[in-house]
Amino acid sequence: MQQRLARGEAAALGELYDRFASLVHSLAHRVLGDEKAADRITREVFGYIWENPDAYDPKQGSMRSWVARITQGQAVARLRQAELGRGSREELEQKVRSANAAARADYIVTSMPAPLRAALELAYFKRRDYRQAAADLQISEDEARRRLRLGLQLLSTANALPQEDAAQPGYGPREYGTPR
Amino acid sequence: MNGPAQSPDDGYERPGGQARIPGPRGAADDLDPGHAPRPLPLSLPQAPPSPPPSHAVLKSLLGAWALAACSAEETRAVEDHLTECAPCAEEALRLRDAVGLLHPEETLDLKPLLRSRVLEDCLGKRPARIPVPAWASPYDTETARLDALLQDFGDSEWHTPVRLKWFEEERRRSQRTTVAGVIGHLLTVDGLIATALGLDDPLGSEAPPGGPTVRTEYFWGASSYPTTRQVREPWREQGHTLVRTVSFAGRGVAELAVDYGGFALPLGDAFLERAFERWVHAWDIADAVDYPYEPPSGPHLHRMIDLAARMLPGALAQRRRAGLAAPARGLVAAGAPGRTLHLEIEGAGGGGWDIALDSPGAKPSVERTVAEIALDGIEFCQLAAGHISPEDAAVGQHGDREAIRDVLFAAASLSRL
Repeated sequence: MQQRLARGEAAALGELYDRFASLVHSLAHRVLGDEKAADRITREVFGYIWENPDAYDPKQGSMRSWVARITQGQAVARLRQAELGRGSREELEQKVRSANAAARADYIVTSMPAPLRAALELAYFKRRDYRQAAADLQISEDEARRRLRLGLQLLSTANALPQEDAAQPGYGPREYGTPR
Repeated sequence: MNGPAQSPDDGYERPGGQARIPGPRGAADDLDPGHAPRPLPLSLPQAPPSPPPSHAVLKSLLGAWALAACSAEETRAVEDHLTECAPCAEEALRLRDAVGLLHPEETLDLKPLLRSRVLEDCLGKRPARIPVPAWASPYDTETARLDALLQDFGDSEWHTPVRLKWFEEERRRSQRTTVAGVIGHLLTVDGLIATALGLDDPLGSEAPPGGPTVRTEYFWGASSYPTTRQVREPWREQGHTLVRTVSFAGRGVAELAVDYGGFALPLGDAFLERAFERWVHAWDIADAVDYPYEPPSGPHLHRMIDLAARMLPGALAQRRRAGLAAPARGLVAAGAPGRTLHLEIEGAGGGGWDIALDSPGAKPSVERTVAEIALDGIEFCQLAAGHISPEDAAVGQHGDREAIRDVLFAAASLSRL
C-alpha cells in the first residue's frame, strides 16, 4: 500500500480511505466531540498521508497504528488550539490528557482480539454478568473471567500517560502507544 | 505502568446509573508494591461460615468485579479481599478506571460525500500519477458507499430477506434473496468485467457461459447453504482490483467489449452499468434493513442517466423486433435525422436527451421531435431499474402517445435481475 501511494496511484488512495476513514473519523470525533471538526481532521490526515507516504516506517508498527497516531496528534493539536485561553493551563492539560486517553482507549478496543472485545461488550453494554457472558459465548466461567480481566488490563494501558504526550503538537512521531 | 489513582470523573460514565464500585482508596492503604501477592492471614474473631475463595480466584474475578458483572456474594468477597491485598487493590483500581474509558460506540455514519471531498483534496495537493479513469469513478464511489452501509451489519442484517425487482415480459418480476445474496449477485456479475480484463472469474473455471442471470443463479445454486457475510471481502477485493486494473490500462481500455451474454457493452459503459446496479441494490438492501440511503452525487447520477438514455434506442429496436413496440414509421438511413423524443430529466444529475425513435442508427432531430417527456432523475432511474412500472411513473408528457409509451417501456426493459 505504501509503495502504491508513493507511486501516486489514485486507486490506492481510495482503498486507503475505505480501510481507515472510519478509524480516523471516530478517533477525531472522540477527541474533539464535533462532527465538522472530525471531518476536517479526516481531510487533513489523508492529505498528510497522501503527500508523505514515506513518513510511514513499517518497523514502527502497523499502518493502522501509524494512521491512528497521526490522527490523534492532529486532533489533539486542534483541541489545544480551540481550548487555548478558555481556562487555566492546568485545565487545558487535563482536557488534553483525557482526550488522549479516550482516543487511545478507543484504538485499543478496536484493535484488541475479538474474543476479549466480545466479552467486554457483553458485560458492559449488555450488562450480562460473567456467568451469562460465558454461556452466551459458550466458554467456561474461568475463561469469561480471564477475558474480562485481560480486556480491562489492555484498556488500562490507555491511562498510562507517556510524558511527551503532554506537549506534542502537530504530527508527533511517537505519542501513540508504545511501538514495539 | 502503575495506574495512578486519578479521578475517574472523565465524562464517560457507565450508562444506566451508578457504578457499583467503591470510591478510591486512601493513600495510607497503598502498601508497598513489593508486597507478596498472598492474602494476609486473617485474625478475625470468628471464622466466616464458608471459606472465602482462594486468592487466585479472587484475582481472576477482578475484571468481572470492575464491570459489576459478578454475583453479590463474589462482589463482597472481592471487596473484603481488597482491604487486605495491596497488589489486587492496585489492579482493581486500575481496571475500574479502565471501565471509565469504555463508552457506547457512536454510530456515526461517515457522510458519503466526505470521501469524494477527501480524495479531491488529496489529488489537489498532489495530483495522481496513475489516476482512476473518470468513467470508473462512479463505480469506485458506489462500491465504497455500499461497503460503508455493510460496515456495521451483524449476522441478522446479512440474512435479512431482500426482494430484487425488475421488469420483464411486460410485468414486474421479483426474486427473493438475502443481503448476502445480493452482494453475491454483484460479485458474480462484476465477474463479467473481470474476465473481460483477463482477471480471474469469481465463479472459477466451471462458470457457465452466459449473462448476469445465468451466472447469479449458478452462484446461488452452487452451495446448499445460504450466502454469508464471508462474501463481502471477495466482493470488495474484486472491486478494488477492477479499479486498479483499469487505472493502469491504456486509454483504449474503455472500448474493450464486455460480454453480457445476449449483448455487449464497452468497458467504460459496463463500469457505469455496474455503478448503477450497486446503487440500486444498495437501495434494496437499505430498504430491507430500514436504513436511509442517498442517491449518487449529481455528476455520477448524470453519467448513469446518460448511459440509460444512450441505451434506449437499442432497447426500443429490440422490443420492436419482439413485436412489443409499434413499428418504425418508415425507414431511416443510418446517420439521417429521424423521429425523436425529447427526454428532460429534472433534479440533480439531470439534463436533456434526444432519443432516436425509429432506429438506433438514426440521428435525433429537433425538427422531427414528436414527443417530450419530463421526469425526475430518481424516478427515471427507478423506472430503468424496474422498481416502478412504466404505467406508474410520474411523467410530464406531451406529443405522440405511442412514442411515449414505447420509450417508457423500453426504459423499464433495461432492467433485469
